[in-house]
Amino acid sequence: MNRFRWIFAGSILTFVSAWCGLVLLPVWGLGDFEQVPDPGTGEMIPPELSSLEERGRDVYVADGCIYCHSQQVHPARARTDIERGWGSRRTVARDYMNHGRAQMGTMRTGPDLSNIGVRNPSETWHFLHLYNPRITSPGSIMAPFPFLFEKRKTGAGGASPDALQLPPEFAPEEGYEVVPTEDVRALVAYLQSLKLSSYDVPEAAKARIETKP
Amino acid sequence: MTPSDPEAVRKSRQERLEVDRAARWPVGMFLGSSLFWLLAGSVLALLASIKLHNPGFLAEAGWLTFGRVRPAHLNTMAYGWLSTAGIGIGLWMLSRLCRVPIADHSSLTLAAVLWNMGNAVGTFGILRGDSTAIEWLEYPTYAAPFLLASFAFVVLAGVNLVRNRRPGHIYISQWYIFAAFFWFPMLYFTAHGLLVLLPVQAPAQPPVNWWFAHNALGLWFTPIGLAAAYYLIPKIIGRPIHSYYLSAIGFWSLAFFYAWNGMHHLIGGPYPAFLITASVVASVMMFIPVVTVAINHHFTMKGHFKALLWSPTLRFVVFGAMSYTLVSVQGSLTALRSVNHVTHFTHYTVAHAHLGVYAFASMSFFGAIYYIMPRLLEREWPSRWLIRLHFWPSAIGIAIYWLSLTHGGGLQGLELNRGTTPFMEIVELTLPYLGARSVGGSLMALGHAAFAASFIWMLARRGLQGAEATLFKRRAEEAPDTLTARS
Repeated sequence: MNRFRWIFAGSILTFVSAWCGLVLLPVWGLGDFEQVPDPGTGEMIPPELSSLEERGRDVYVADGCIYCHSQQVHPARARTDIERGWGSRRTVARDYMNHGRAQMGTMRTGPDLSNIGVRNPSETWHFLHLYNPRITSPGSIMAPFPFLFEKRKTGAGGASPDALQLPPEFAPEEGYEVVPTEDVRALVAYLQSLKLSSYDVPEAAKARIETKP
Repeated sequence: MTPSDPEAVRKSRQERLEVDRAARWPVGMFLGSSLFWLLAGSVLALLASIKLHNPGFLAEAGWLTFGRVRPAHLNTMAYGWLSTAGIGIGLWMLSRLCRVPIADHSSLTLAAVLWNMGNAVGTFGILRGDSTAIEWLEYPTYAAPFLLASFAFVVLAGVNLVRNRRPGHIYISQWYIFAAFFWFPMLYFTAHGLLVLLPVQAPAQPPVNWWFAHNALGLWFTPIGLAAAYYLIPKIIGRPIHSYYLSAIGFWSLAFFYAWNGMHHLIGGPYPAFLITASVVASVMMFIPVVTVAINHHFTMKGHFKALLWSPTLRFVVFGAMSYTLVSVQGSLTALRSVNHVTHFTHYTVAHAHLGVYAFASMSFFGAIYYIMPRLLEREWPSRWLIRLHFWPSAIGIAIYWLSLTHGGGLQGLELNRGTTPFMEIVELTLPYLGARSVGGSLMALGHAAFAASFIWMLARRGLQGAEATLFKRRAEEAPDTLTARS
């Protein structure tokens, strides 16, 4: 008897069993969400990303923000996550339907970003923080992103209105200024759009009640 | 294994010699290039590690930013080092155990070239900013065709060996390698298709992602690592494996339960509870394959632990096998919701991953390469001191790595769960442990450098040409005959 046939058949069968359970089933059950009208305003939620926000998401993906930042008010930790101000309710699967590439994340070397658009809407703050996190957050170990900014000679008419207002120890040498590139503008627009707990999707009511302290 | 008939012994030697000579090129190419990726991955690892406690280090350029270097490290190690070495080790063992010389020389040469191109293109892609940010699948989509095409040739070569095998018993290592050669391409194809090529909606992506990522270890590196342990431990100490039945139970329970494990990476997340529970149960059930394999290996080794003193291969492989037990038990426990509630989102998980991928898989593969290369080249390793300089820094390095991040990650998790602890305090709390990780990682990199030096020196034909194997100690009187280089 050719027993390799049995080994082959058996290992394909065990593989397929898990494939059905852990791939097919989630794709069926979680892969087909639709937008719903907001009960208050009637707008369709969760909203789609604008093209600028989408470009920002691509920067977020390319530069690997996910390796330190999650994007979920984690259901199992909702109480402490909310206590930290990371969101007003736990996030649910539908919240992510328009994200294109999932960025829920598995690591919290840095704080959660699911609602960073609510927590910190200031564009200026994000520019400074991305240029060098130590400007706004002393003690941070986050990577700086100087390559998302352009260092250029200050024009004859003085500093341009876009130039970052950098504290002296972070400022470039005399006669130079630092301005944001399109990439970092898009990234900040994306971060500002992250308000996952803000939408009143059908699952949200339950998500809120469950997390009352 | 030890027929008394001298003619049979001579024939069996001759057969192994032919098998090894036929494997020299195809297997040698995979093993040699895996070493390049091991070194590249080590450099990327150190960069990433240092950046976590010195964020300003080499931060000017985009291609060296943490969020690119880290996935580049993971992928060069997973696909460049472990998979490349795994293919070589798998093909060699399959050829030995089927007792058929490898015939597909040109297709395997092409496979090795394609595989390395895939890795080069993929790593370059991540660094230039095309990473997919899907954990364990960061190589951009243009690297995938190289990898898949290459693997098709590998599977074909494996199938040819099995079809042409000499009649006789099918050894457990053959089961593992044969199955893994099918599991890996199915995993990669499914995951790449559903996540990168034609992505499913975002909420469904993490389950597919973690089904893949967990099985890359469970159904690809693990079977090759176990196959190596099952093959090499009996070979070196010169006695058969303790129990045939235990190895069969171990194989089937691994095949079934490991495949269902992945969702424990999503415990507590916004997914249906039954999905997570299925994986928690399967993770705990992993005790069955793990304990059977541990018992089987232990009773095979029993009374022969002294051999660890002189056999480099055995020392690496047994270190790997023991780490397999440790990492699996840790994994089963970490999959419990109560434990996971502390450890998820922390450096603890990173430590756990390295215990599996390094202390188990990499150390086992090192051991296998120490065994295979002298047989391929008919030449010995040049220096026992270099092998020592590989083993000890690697072993001590991973110990420091695992202990520091497990402890630091645990503390981090406890504080994260205390909503009143300011976040920056948690960052400060982890800093010493992140520093210790760089120390451990540097030691591991030192070990790899010694390994590479040894390998290159050997290739440069400066190794001992004699029949005596390079052992940590001179061969003891009672050492079995299987220790000589070309048995």
